[in-house]
Amino acid sequence: MKILVCLKRVVDYNVRVRVKPDGSGVVTEGVKMSINPFDEIALEEALRIRERGDANEVIALSIGPDDCQQQLRTGLAMGADRAILVSADTAVEPLAAARTMMQIIEREDPGLVILGKQAIDDDCNQTGQMLAALWNRPQGTFASKLELKDGRATVTREVDAGLEVIDLELPAVITTDLRLNEPRYVKLPDIMKAKKKPLEVLNISELGVDTALNVQVETYAPPPTRAKGVMVDSVESLVSAMRDKGLLG
Amino acid sequence: MSKVLILAEHDGGGLNPSTAKCVSCAAELSAAAIDVVVFADAAAAAASGAAALDQVSRVLTVEREENAHPLAAVIAPQLAAMAADYDYVLAPSTTFGKDVLPRAAALAGVGQISDIMAVEGPRRFRRPIYAGNAIITVTVADDAKVFATVRVASYPAASESGVAAPIESLSVDAALPAYTRYVELQSGGGDRPDLQAARRVVSGGRGVGSEDNFKVIFALADRLGAGVGASRAAVDAGYVPNDMQVGQTGKIIAPELYMAFGISGAIQHLTGIKDAGTIVAVNKDPDAPIFEVADIGLVGDLFEIIPELERVLGN
Repeated sequence: MKILVCLKRVVDYNVRVRVKPDGSGVVTEGVKMSINPFDEIALEEALRIRERGDANEVIALSIGPDDCQQQLRTGLAMGADRAILVSADTAVEPLAAARTMMQIIEREDPGLVILGKQAIDDDCNQTGQMLAALWNRPQGTFASKLELKDGRATVTREVDAGLEVIDLELPAVITTDLRLNEPRYVKLPDIMKAKKKPLEVLNISELGVDTALNVQVETYAPPPTRAKGVMVDSVESLVSAMRDKGLLG
Repeated sequence: MSKVLILAEHDGGGLNPSTAKCVSCAAELSAAAIDVVVFADAAAAAASGAAALDQVSRVLTVEREENAHPLAAVIAPQLAAMAADYDYVLAPSTTFGKDVLPRAAALAGVGQISDIMAVEGPRRFRRPIYAGNAIITVTVADDAKVFATVRVASYPAASESGVAAPIESLSVDAALPAYTRYVELQSGGGDRPDLQAARRVVSGGRGVGSEDNFKVIFALADRLGAGVGASRAAVDAGYVPNDMQVGQTGKIIAPELYMAFGISGAIQHLTGIKDAGTIVAVNKDPDAPIFEVADIGLVGDLFEIIPELERVLGN
């Protein structure tokens, strides 16, 4: 079985993102870029499945500018067997990303597609669900546990009410939550080896994907800030400050 | 005039409060009709909850055995089929809405707007990105159908009107896949107030130190009639179950009072509490980032402060 993993290039988790003064976007110049942390968890899960012998190939896919090759190389260094970049110079919305993934699925015929539940840049939380719809296959979103057996997947999902367990027929789309696993660190020799692994570059227009935007971003603004609070030095003053605000009535 | 369809969330019984918040968002769209659809095997309780809400025009129930559990693969094709008659399809930005709506949008061949926090016009909305570090204003074309999830912390629940909206039973013609099977729900919460609806929330972080120590957080919460939340660190460490996690990837909440004990205040946590009325923070570390957003801060050991707090509150 092949596993397709989708890796999005995003501003690193540790960067405090700032909006440009003219409201045209967020500052990305000179900012560290990384694999979306949820996608890194997706890759780790795929590698573990392959290492258990339940899959024989892990393919890493990214969609975006040519710089995404850096994140794909990191994915190859983690252990993906080969990588595909679908190059796109303009913004790719979740629906267009899902349509692009469909093109790759038709070519590669994977038994499982694993991707992050959301990207930490646009926080959309859509692509996996949209892909499952277009593919007409089951989805196991927000997965914190994944077990494969006899062509089926048992997925434990982190939902608002607790943990929901569903059973899916493969092929299926899984989106990862934070507690699914802890991704491995990349070792230097693996970075060297990754340079020799195959990385194919396709163009999104060659795939015939409609990239017209459904949703146009007009402006970016910093979030409203909360008014400066007060520090108190005792529990008595804490309680009286809370009483003053009518919070304990 | 435009028509809005809201996907109701329920637990097989009553209506989830997130639905009433979607109604408040829908009310800002100047629509001619706001319909609420309940997919269930027995929809009566959720439907009467929705019918009682002010501004709701009609409640539509789609009752069939396959709808007994909230499976996206089953609900999405039915919702997508119904969407043909509507200009807007809204769902709460809860794990339920996030699971179902993108699947329905893709089936309908349109994009989705996630986490609407403000309606600026019938075609213009605001939503947070980068864990709330930036707010974008987005627009959609005049003739486009809008699928959107509603950031529930941004809206009050619609009030109940004196007159119940009509409830109509509907049968939807859509092929339902059988490749997804519901197994079970392991519920973590107890009888405490629902975190996303609670007026007060008491939260603990890594500083609480253990599952056992979390008892002090629960005790204080019970005393205040509050829901209990936690930071990702506390959930990862196994102190409390996942459904208590507050933050970018957990629950986004807007209680009147949020009390954070032993939570340092990572940006991903803060994004979950920004809409709280008053934030009270107690932490040993005077430099903890939680104090930057706290309305009232107190530096100290939570294990000394909570018992004292209970004593003072008792007076």
